[in-house]
Amino acid sequence: MLSGYQIYNWTNMADITLRVNGSAKKVSVSPETPLLWVLRDTLELTGTKFGCGAGLCGACTVHLDGTPIRSCSIPVSQAADKNVTTIEGLGANGLHALQQAWIAEEVPQCGYCQTGQIMSAAALLAKTPNPTDDQITQAMNGNLCRCGTYERIRKAIHRAAGNGGAR
Amino acid sequence: MSPLSRREFVAAGVAAGAGLVIGFYLPRGTSSGKESFSPNAYLRITPDNKVTIVVTRSEMGQGVRTALPMILAEELEADWKQIEIEQAGASTLFGDQTTGGSASIRTTWDPMRRAGAAAREMLISAAALTWAVPRSACTAESGRIKHAATNRSLSYGELVGKAATLPIPTDAILKQSKDYKLVGQRVARLDSPAKVKGEAVFGIDFRLPGMKFALLSRCPTFGGKVSGFDDKESKKIFGVSYVGKIGDSAVAVVADSVWGAMEGRRLLNVTWDDGPNKDLNTAAEMASLKAAVTQKDKASVASLYSAGDPAKASGRRISAEYELPFMAHAPMEPGNCAANFQGTKCELWAPTQVPQDCRDSVAQAIGLDPDQVKVNVTLMGGGFGRRLEHDYAVEAAQVSKAINAPVKVIWTREDDMRFSSYRPASLHQLTAALDGSGFPIALTHRIISPSISGQKGLATPNNVDPDLPDEAGPVYGIANYSIEYVMTKTAVPLGWMRSVYALQAAFALESFIDELAVGAGKDPLQYRLHLLAKDQDLPYFTTTWHTARMRGALQLAGEKAGWNKPLPAGHYRGIACFGCFASYMAEVVEITMENGQPRVHRVVAAVDCGQVVNPGILEQQIQGGIVFGLANALRAKITIDKGRVVQGNFDDYAPLRMDETPAVEVFTVASSEAPTGIGEPSIPPLGPALCNAIYAATKRRIRALPILS
Repeated sequence: MLSGYQIYNWTNMADITLRVNGSAKKVSVSPETPLLWVLRDTLELTGTKFGCGAGLCGACTVHLDGTPIRSCSIPVSQAADKNVTTIEGLGANGLHALQQAWIAEEVPQCGYCQTGQIMSAAALLAKTPNPTDDQITQAMNGNLCRCGTYERIRKAIHRAAGNGGAR
Repeated sequence: MSPLSRREFVAAGVAAGAGLVIGFYLPRGTSSGKESFSPNAYLRITPDNKVTIVVTRSEMGQGVRTALPMILAEELEADWKQIEIEQAGASTLFGDQTTGGSASIRTTWDPMRRAGAAAREMLISAAALTWAVPRSACTAESGRIKHAATNRSLSYGELVGKAATLPIPTDAILKQSKDYKLVGQRVARLDSPAKVKGEAVFGIDFRLPGMKFALLSRCPTFGGKVSGFDDKESKKIFGVSYVGKIGDSAVAVVADSVWGAMEGRRLLNVTWDDGPNKDLNTAAEMASLKAAVTQKDKASVASLYSAGDPAKASGRRISAEYELPFMAHAPMEPGNCAANFQGTKCELWAPTQVPQDCRDSVAQAIGLDPDQVKVNVTLMGGGFGRRLEHDYAVEAAQVSKAINAPVKVIWTREDDMRFSSYRPASLHQLTAALDGSGFPIALTHRIISPSISGQKGLATPNNVDPDLPDEAGPVYGIANYSIEYVMTKTAVPLGWMRSVYALQAAFALESFIDELAVGAGKDPLQYRLHLLAKDQDLPYFTTTWHTARMRGALQLAGEKAGWNKPLPAGHYRGIACFGCFASYMAEVVEITMENGQPRVHRVVAAVDCGQVVNPGILEQQIQGGIVFGLANALRAKITIDKGRVVQGNFDDYAPLRMDETPAVEVFTVASSEAPTGIGEPSIPPLGPALCNAIYAATKRRIRALPILS
């Protein structure tokens, strides 16, 4: 849900500059547009997914100045002049350790939620390089997966953290 | 991975004269002319040594884009690194392309093997002719034909020109399982890299130049209609270009962006004619099932399985009723479909389990012939049966026709939850007559549930829903054993949800068996093994269930779970087994109780599903199925009030999250029997095994799902 969202006639457009995956991007959209749809529709970065539109599933997770956020629930105006990192930018210099671990542990089934999962995990590892199981659960519990890949996600995070996937 | 129909690539191959295109003919009876054969096309090899395998089922996470090519590549003796895959769209040349019923491997196992073997033999012949040596001196290995005597070899790519001129063998010998190199191996999924990089294109990601986006406002009550609408406010939204009625019960809002369409729909004012079901609620639905339980009219009780005569059996009688609610699939990717209507044709990009149904329904809805409709199959963000419906494809085509432009229809999560097709609610009446030791002399299981196929107007011969033959068979060799089905009706839209009726049947049967075991004062595993002790073949419709195979799976699960070993204080176990989709599955669930609620720590699953094609994918399917089954058992419940669905998003219809997910261990019974289903069979035993563990912990018997209701 957009906090304080009361606009009824979405007719005002604004030029907003975002720094997406290291590049400045100027977009002309309503400032109330959720960041998710600016990323997907305007910038055609479709690795970020729409799952619930209400911050309940985490499929739309991106980093805003390094913090994982649900892009479906943040108006683009709040991302103005900030650094947005999406899945497309995570592995810009080759696969991120998490992406490698995800492949090694054969995590994805349908794969739809996995980009959001990886973005949540990347934010976790950036702060907590060797997370415990509890820390992983806490960081990842907001990300839903209907294929039920959670235990492999946990293993992949441990693997990426250098624990060889050990529990 | 652009879809390419068989027709196109045959033409392209012939025109270019540059590739070996295996037009594979499945013989019907004797080898008569080609005209009487049905072509199946799965394979294309080009001079650049690329082997392209066509996948004729839809990828929704279950691994078909890896497992199906493995089957063909095995017989072809291809180098796996050569393989590229191509997703088939709706075609008339592959038979039924429905992806469902845990049937992708089962139904393509033979044609894929035969296609690969025929190609292999032709390549061997081509090499033998090239070298003027006997065929028997040549072998196929890792994408090359070798002549060991002269140490020569040619790649498949080098042989396509000659091979393409040769007759297609219809009797190529298939490999034996002991000689498999790929099948049975943990081959890495081909789709993982794209999925972790965000490059995988799901239906919702597909885009055409100039494509618009549409959301539909649908009548919230089942069977209701649009009375009228006011779009004044909607049209003030920037980019909203069209608002119009679609069919009888929806209004579409079209915009330049998804968000514009969402905002336009939010401001749309529709008045609804609520229709005949506006007073419908869950209580009335369950009452109608109850009313059918006492059904005395024999004609309306269909017999699914009958051994002996349970009515005549003597002994102490015990009975119990179990009930299950409506449930929703809720795949992570909400419904969507892109359509481009262009007068006399329409092309769709659909995340669908049923490309052919989409084609036919779209054709009918917009007044085209089926061959004027092209359906491309995209990746799916989960399916679980929800994408066996074609509603979103029809909507997309209708909107595209209305605006005469390419459009993508997108559903929100709330749309998905409220306008889905639900697993039917059901009621089960179990009755047993017991011998002096507490074992059943007779068992009757009466399943009362509406028919999914019946509601959709599909055939239900002898009042039997056509899913039941795969999903409600006999488990035990009980001498007097009757399984019956009473078909009811409902206005709630029904659909096939992962494991369909098997989830219901297993919950009731395996809870009841546990009640009998407890009542007899016997160990639940030993009690079941006693009922499976004798090797028996139990004929059920066109299949046969074997007690020996179920016993094998059950023993394996018990052994791997350490059933006879003591548990830590406060830990309890439950066990259940069931056979469906031709596979045998047993599960042991280990729990503790915390604040009156179960916490599942460990699930041990053992399955006999015949030959395993890819153990890694099999494990994924079982692990995932158990998480899905756990969510179903714990709290999946769709409730109806005032003729509409109450739940809307992942807050009030909550799937499992990481903190509730148990460790799952998967074991398979070694087998070289033909492979059977694996996408669904892990789900049915989970619910009863969990409830049986809860009984062990609390002496509280759960006879209605969900557990946390």
